[in-house]
Amino acid sequence: MNVVVLIKQVPDTTDVRIDRETNTLIREGVPSIINPFDMYAIEEALRVREGAGEGTVTVMSMGPPQVDVALREAIALGVDRAVLLSDRAFAGSDTWSTSYTLAAGIRKLEDYDLILCGKQAIDGDTGQVGPGVAQFLGVPQVTYARKLTIDDGSSATVERMLEDGYDVVKVPLPSVVTVVKDINEPRLPSLKGKMKAKKAEITVWGSDDLDVDQEELGLDGSPTRVVRVFAPEARPGGTIFEGEVEDTVESLVRELVPILKGDI
Amino acid sequence: MSYFLTEEQEMLKELCAQIAQEKILPVRAEYDETGEFPWDIVKVMAASDIYGVYIPEEYGGFGGGVMEMCIAAEELSRVCGGISLAFAASALGAYPILLFGSDEQKKEFLPAIAAGERLAAFGLTEANAGSDAGAVETRAELDGDEYVVNGTKQWITNGGEAEIYTVVVRTSKGTGIRGMSCLIIEKDTPGFTFGKKEDKMGIRGSTTRELVFQDCRVPKKNLLGREGTGFVVAMRTFDKSRPGVAAQAVGIAQGAFDEAAKYARQREQFGKPIGSFQGIQFMLADMAIQIEAARALVYHSARVVDSGAKDIGKLSAMAKVFASDVAMKVTTDAVQILGGYGYMKEYPVEKMMRDAKITQIYEGTNQIQRSIIASAILKESAAKEKKA
Ligand SMILES: Cc1cc2nc3c(=O)[nH]c(=O)nc-3n(C[C@H](O)[C@H](O)[C@H](O)COP(=O)(O)OP(=O)(O)OC[C@H]3O[C@@H](n4cnc5c(N)ncnc54)[C@H](O)[C@@H]3O)c2cc1C
Ligand SMILES: Cc1cc2nc3c(=O)[nH]c(=O)nc-3n(C[C@H](O)[C@H](O)[C@H](O)COP(=O)(O)OP(=O)(O)OC[C@H]3O[C@@H](n4cnc5c(N)ncnc54)[C@H](O)[C@@H]3O)c2cc1C
Repeated sequence: MNVVVLIKQVPDTTDVRIDRETNTLIREGVPSIINPFDMYAIEEALRVREGAGEGTVTVMSMGPPQVDVALREAIALGVDRAVLLSDRAFAGSDTWSTSYTLAAGIRKLEDYDLILCGKQAIDGDTGQVGPGVAQFLGVPQVTYARKLTIDDGSSATVERMLEDGYDVVKVPLPSVVTVVKDINEPRLPSLKGKMKAKKAEITVWGSDDLDVDQEELGLDGSPTRVVRVFAPEARPGGTIFEGEVEDTVESLVRELVPILKGDI
Repeated sequence: MSYFLTEEQEMLKELCAQIAQEKILPVRAEYDETGEFPWDIVKVMAASDIYGVYIPEEYGGFGGGVMEMCIAAEELSRVCGGISLAFAASALGAYPILLFGSDEQKKEFLPAIAAGERLAAFGLTEANAGSDAGAVETRAELDGDEYVVNGTKQWITNGGEAEIYTVVVRTSKGTGIRGMSCLIIEKDTPGFTFGKKEDKMGIRGSTTRELVFQDCRVPKKNLLGREGTGFVVAMRTFDKSRPGVAAQAVGIAQGAFDEAAKYARQREQFGKPIGSFQGIQFMLADMAIQIEAARALVYHSARVVDSGAKDIGKLSAMAKVFASDVAMKVTTDAVQILGGYGYMKEYPVEKMMRDAKITQIYEGTNQIQRSIIASAILKESAAKEKKA
């Protein structure tokens, strides 16, 4: 069972600052961590490998060279190998071109049975990359997995978390599965893992290494245009009419009439 | 501050700090309350390779020494001086095998200890043999290929939870220290049961229990070294393990100091943070000075021990006495700085003060350490005079 885990390096803060000029995230001076949801994806991948008793776990990330640290952290947890997709041409990617590029990276790996992602990144927050990758690869996707069971080599049963319950989905492999926190409790690194991580070779692939259309990459390949980034205005609180029904209805009508007439 | 640790040692320190912060901190108050054995934490430490840090690679360990054992004990104790013993007491139980075991014995027992699959414990103390370790009464009589063991050990850390026990017994008649031997006794050996579990003042996340032997038959091949060397096994073991107790003490002191410094910045009285009062500032300064001095002595003693130097008993006793006295002083002062809040269980310093006390008592009381130091000094002095 060969599992690929897509991990994103994110700023270790919920207080994301934005560059007013470029409308992009300011990353300087903020410590970086592996996107917390991706830690659950890594743990699940290790469990799948351990359950199968064979296979490899590969982590892949698209990002600048500093992402090396996050990839080594994954190796310390027990991941077998790490691939970094890094190239100036990838800079400024939105979820479309991020998914496109990651899909090309996975295709180059050739041998994969399962792709795991976090349910969303804590900075970008879109939750689109996993589904996007599935689409580009032409494989099924199951989002918000809270339980994953590999039935045999060719299918998996997944419990999908919903607001008021869960779905049970059977899906053929290979597929993309995005995971929520309920799925497991991530392990800590081991000393041997940390030693291995220090010496590990990280594979780095640029745009030339991938079978990609250059026009689909980076800022140019990104259909998203961030027009403006702003904090949503605080909604004014509603008015509550208290008292007897006759009185409150009357008050309500008095308030509504001018609005309906268009006076306000 | 740099302590001139190697890259591997820094890695170990970082990992132990992560275990302590992420796994031990959320549960330490609960274990202190219930007195249960922290198996969930043992599993985490085992999976992270912590149990093998001081064991050679050929026996499944990480290849470090006493220094590595100290780094782990300190970092874990910084958050909980009780739970950290699930690691440190296993090291105490393993040292007799490391130091005196045959290659076969090492191969049989050390890999499982290094992996954290089986915990170890050391059984010396008895009701009538505390500081006077030579007064051990538990008997082991050779009968064919087996020793038949009878007697009771008390206050054994990891008792009942550990699977591999190094136990000091009397193998020949008479009372002298030359009649003592050390046996490896496995849990589940018929005739080996566990008695009273102690309800303690501190280190409540550590189990302290009686070992009861009734016609317990132990294979002769489990004898460590030769018959009659039991007392030496115990003393050489303590030479190696005492820096570990000292490191535990430094960790507890550091944990209490961190709480006190934080509190001094936040708590306001007379319209100012209490940390702005010189009376509090000087206490904090003295605490920090003592901790640094203790840590320096602990690391120095651990490095000297690891260098293979002879006559390390005096130095490792010094580290144990000094660091444990510092831990008691610093934790008491931390409670003082937190005032009434420090006395309450909502804050962790009262627990740290209770946990600190044991470091002055076990693995030889501080009085006994001072005797060891004094007798070494007097011997050295006499030797110098002879030369002159
Ligand atoms: C304020 C703001 C401004 C932005 N500005 C721009 C902009 O100017 N131009 C632009 O093109 N885009 C911009 N983005 C989008 C940004 O590039 C996205 O963060 C990125 O495409 C990934 O999407 P996401 O963070 O929503 O990830 P999600 O889709 O939420 O992530 C889900 C999962 O996908 C995987 N994943 C996501 N990203 C990666 C990765 N890089 N490598 C490996 N795995 C990954 C992980 O498993 C992750 O858990 C902006 C986002 C924000 C919040
Ligand atoms: C929580 C806990 C865990 C323990 N874990 C273990 C373990 O894992 N394995 C193990 O074998 N033992 C263990 N012990 C036992 C511990 O090592 C002994 O308690 C210790 O050695 C002191 O012995 P004692 O309690 O009998 O005190 P005593 O020997 O009765 O001492 C009483 C007092 O007299 C003083 N005293 C004694 N002799 C002298 C002297 N010659 N000069 C000056 N003062 C003296 C002592 O310093 C002390 O203050 C543990 C004890 C405790 C409390």
